[in-house]
Amino acid sequence: MSKFSFPPWAVWLMALGLLAFIGMVAYSIRRNRGVKRTLFTFPYGLWIAVFTIIPLLLIGYYAFTDRSGAFTLDNFKTFWDSNYEMQKQLLDLGFNPLELGVARGNVNVDTLVYSLWMAFLCTAICLVLGYPAAFFMADRAFKLGSTLVILFIIPMWMNFLLRTIAWMSLLEDNGLINTLLAAIGLPKMKLMYNSQAVLLGMVYNYLPFMVFPIYNSLNKQEYRLSEAAMDLGANPRTTFMKVTLPLSLPGVVSGITMVFMPSVTTFFIPRVLGGGNTEMFGDLIERTFLMADNWNVGSALSLIMMVLIIMSLTLLRKVDPEGEGGSTI
Amino acid sequence: MSRLIKRGYLALVLLFLYVPIVVLIVQSFNAGVSRAKWQGFSIKWYIDLFNSPAIMNALYITVTIALLSALFATILGTLAAIGIHAMQKRQQSLMMALNNIPMTMPDIVTGISLMLLFIFTQVPRGYVTMLLAHITFNIPYVILSVMPKLKQMNKFSYEAALDLGATPGYALRKVILPYVMPGVITGALLSFTLSLDDFTISYFTTSPLVQNLSTLIYSEARKGIKPTMNALSALMFVALLVLLLAVNRRASLNQDN
Repeated sequence: MSKFSFPPWAVWLMALGLLAFIGMVAYSIRRNRGVKRTLFTFPYGLWIAVFTIIPLLLIGYYAFTDRSGAFTLDNFKTFWDSNYEMQKQLLDLGFNPLELGVARGNVNVDTLVYSLWMAFLCTAICLVLGYPAAFFMADRAFKLGSTLVILFIIPMWMNFLLRTIAWMSLLEDNGLINTLLAAIGLPKMKLMYNSQAVLLGMVYNYLPFMVFPIYNSLNKQEYRLSEAAMDLGANPRTTFMKVTLPLSLPGVVSGITMVFMPSVTTFFIPRVLGGGNTEMFGDLIERTFLMADNWNVGSALSLIMMVLIIMSLTLLRKVDPEGEGGSTI
Repeated sequence: MSRLIKRGYLALVLLFLYVPIVVLIVQSFNAGVSRAKWQGFSIKWYIDLFNSPAIMNALYITVTIALLSALFATILGTLAAIGIHAMQKRQQSLMMALNNIPMTMPDIVTGISLMLLFIFTQVPRGYVTMLLAHITFNIPYVILSVMPKLKQMNKFSYEAALDLGATPGYALRKVILPYVMPGVITGALLSFTLSLDDFTISYFTTSPLVQNLSTLIYSEARKGIKPTMNALSALMFVALLVLLLAVNRRASLNQDN
């Protein structure tokens, strides 16, 4: 903490911003005999410029330049080109070529495809598990709905790293599940260090994010609509398919968004529960920045991911233009 | 019958969510280091916990950052929300779009972009940079909690206060702020918990010398987590549970009155 110091120009910039803000407030007080409320947004505007916009521009800058700072598109080429230098660099750092480079044609593209596939599977499983749970919770005859919502939130307070590590002690070769299996005379199973274990960890972490929005949109639904459908002769199945389900779609869409987005960029879970060939895109970006120390390629990878996410968001917005199921807590 | 199936299903899903947590808490009372074998009951990890300067320091950093970032984010966010609400339609949608950027960005990109900013401006990473990063990712959530309250508010009540002779500052304090207070509190609580649990963004914006609990756990994960960490998370878990029950009780008492 004691070593903390801003470069002088940053101090000047902040002082200038503060002065500008005070000046604007003073000016507006003189003119309107009161502070204009829109001015309250000014500090946040400044904040977002410094801590969101400029950092994003920096990523853009590094993605389109090489180490000397000259413009280049090579960083993106690295992404497509399988025999690129960076791969060798990464392999030199002690990553098993059999697991990383050779077994897969192109580390980067394969990792991206693998991440998208895993995120898709995770989202699908969460939807299949989460929709019935939300549906039963929102049932009007079921009085404990709101209590269960809290029960779904509580596990998220446990540090997510520790929760993931806790799965290790369940899945290990000598872990609890295998001990139980041995006790009833069944052979041990290999449960860890594979894609299934990573998927389990992801579903475990993201399931609540699917349940909440669906529960919300089911819960605020006008129950008389489905009663009316029943009165008009629809059986429960038709009522569900024609009334309840379509009305809950905004919640489903926002659930999908909230599970899919973090799933694609999952970081850490594959490292703990996965094996050598279960690396995901988040880990790849981190490794490119911190271990391979290649900011340019790392920035290009980040940009590619951002573009993908913005694309899927726009796609989802088309289904749910109001962003209705959005509010969760 | 179908009632039984429904309840059984919900019980199974909850079991899935709680098994690792129960395992964690049980391990924290295990006398041995082994993760799978029960070697007798002991509270030695809880004693170790309070004698470990690394963990205590990380706990201090985590909690102070969560408190400070929640405080700053709530002030900045509430002010911004009131300002945005008073804006004209076009400016308003521009600001809300800007506000959405940090929320749609994946954590890892937020973390890395802030890391680039701090390295680029030659600010050494540590406590202050981590705090700045936490404030940055918390503000949008405060705005999103306060905004609906502002929209619900009768927009003439502020003007009525002005007509009745209140100065804008007085009307702000006596009319707007009390009305949006529930949203402000929600935003502050949300910020606090988000900050408490954050790993990815902290990981990129701090130095190995200044670690919060998440980054400490991460750096120990490779060596193997000691049960002291389990003991700590069990304690934090119980503390949060008690806090929530107290808040809930208060809320239901308020409703009864």
